[in-house]
Amino acid sequence: MNLFRRKIPLAPLEYTRRTSMRIWVGLVLFFLYAPLVTLVAFSFNDSRRNIVWRGFTTKYYEKALNNESLMTALGNSITIAAIATVVSVVLGALAAVMLWRFRFPFKAAWEGALALPIVVPEICMGVAMLAFFAKLDLPQDLAWPLNLGQITIAHITFCFPFVTMVVRSRLSSFNREEEEAAKDLGATEWQALRDVLLPHMKPGLIAGALLAFTLSLDDFVITFFTSGPNTITFPVKVYSMVRFSVTPEVNAASAMVIALTVILTSLALKLQSRMGALAQGH
Amino acid sequence: MEDWKRGRAMFATVAAAPLTWLTLFFIIPMAVVWLYSFGTNRGLTDIDISGTLVNYQRALEPLYLGIFAKSLVVAGITTVICLVVGFPVALAIVFSTDRWKPWLLLAIMLPFWTNLLIRTYALMAVLRTEGYANQSIGWLHDRFGSIMPLVGLPAPGAYEPMNLLYNNFAVILGLVYVHLPFMVLPLYAALDRLDRSLIEASLDLGAGHIRTLLAIVAPLAAPGIISGIIITFVPALGAYLTPDLLGGPDSQMIANVIERQFKRANDWPFGAALSFLLMYATFIAIAFQAVKAKQAERRG
Repeated sequence: MNLFRRKIPLAPLEYTRRTSMRIWVGLVLFFLYAPLVTLVAFSFNDSRRNIVWRGFTTKYYEKALNNESLMTALGNSITIAAIATVVSVVLGALAAVMLWRFRFPFKAAWEGALALPIVVPEICMGVAMLAFFAKLDLPQDLAWPLNLGQITIAHITFCFPFVTMVVRSRLSSFNREEEEAAKDLGATEWQALRDVLLPHMKPGLIAGALLAFTLSLDDFVITFFTSGPNTITFPVKVYSMVRFSVTPEVNAASAMVIALTVILTSLALKLQSRMGALAQGH
Repeated sequence: MEDWKRGRAMFATVAAAPLTWLTLFFIIPMAVVWLYSFGTNRGLTDIDISGTLVNYQRALEPLYLGIFAKSLVVAGITTVICLVVGFPVALAIVFSTDRWKPWLLLAIMLPFWTNLLIRTYALMAVLRTEGYANQSIGWLHDRFGSIMPLVGLPAPGAYEPMNLLYNNFAVILGLVYVHLPFMVLPLYAALDRLDRSLIEASLDLGAGHIRTLLAIVAPLAAPGIISGIIITFVPALGAYLTPDLLGGPDSQMIANVIERQFKRANDWPFGAALSFLLMYATFIAIAFQAVKAKQAERRG
């Protein structure tokens, strides 16, 4: 019984054991989680007005799952995120290798330009995409999924620099001697790249892919400026639903996305820790 | 690192795709907007780039200057609150046991991975007139109200729900809610690298915890604190969704004005000028951080 044991005196640096600190952290976590937990809890509430608890139901999940436009939007979002992730990982990895390996003219300028999509306010990038695609004046009535092209291009543009950042930090731990050894043993430049450098980059590529997928799935502002009436993504659809009202149906849809996020994040963490263990085992 | 001339084929393979993509789909769109900001409206999407500065002059009118100032103030208040709230949390994570540390970090990071729109919506549900905050306060009000007469105090009237949503308070609360993890993570990274013997020395020599914090911890962790401030301030300054959903008619920020120029008012040149002014403000903030980080590096 910990409570009745003689209290071990606090060491000066044990800030975390101080009651005041614990209360503070507890309050902050409450602040961060209470809205999300109530959102999920009330998605099961059997009341249209969604204020007082009136019993458990899953009917709003059925409603959300049967809401055709909501499901189309979710399908669009996942399609865009999947394509954007694949392309971003390729572009991001290439850019990372380029920056890590080569000296070339105007390198500092290119490096800065590659970091720009990360720091530029979303609204600025959104209007830039809007103006650019309006200027290009591409045909609007393409068949699915080609009509998602504009949004996908915009997503790739803001996702791949993040992948570059992650992969580059992974590359900094690469020992060039391994590559030299491969070449000494007769590997060509390309074989060394494929069989030595690429396996080393793998955890970075996976982390980058998950980052890109979440960023793409999450994005509202830039998508808002590139989507048309027939190319609604999930966040844009939810936005149009929540603008004026709070309904259990939106709660249910949101809860499903939260569940998806939690699954993806824990998958990412699991993969990363396994990768870490593997890397240490080598 | 090798010179690109020594491996031309390899360099061309890795550089071609990302640099082309960046130029085509980022630099050119940005350049288009930049050019538009010196243009005049001719038709719906027909903009004549005449080199005029009228759009920038209009952006300096008191109305828009006021909105800019307001955005800076709101982002500033948000950053200060995040720093004050987040610093103890970062400190607690740094000094927690190894068993708890990953869980606490995860607890801070998980909301950050959750969709921004969903988090904002969750806050709307809490804050609205018949929301959970008003419900709880109302319930407490009624409970305590029934006790009051027993101790000789007059019974309070019926509970009037407070207007918590659609005002500046809601916008700042929403921005803090969304950006708190942005602040905690860099603070954590900076504090974790700190040499603990210095803190112990300060405490041994008789300084209190507050004084140690201000005189030892803060200067040593300055680069991390500054990057936390910038990482919070920059997105808060350009925030669109939070003021749009949680704010009232008087709590628009600069991003909302830009959106209106492009979507409803259809004054693209003016919107382009505002958008570039916001971008310059962002660059100034980032340059400031870079300079400070260099200074700290030189001192360290």
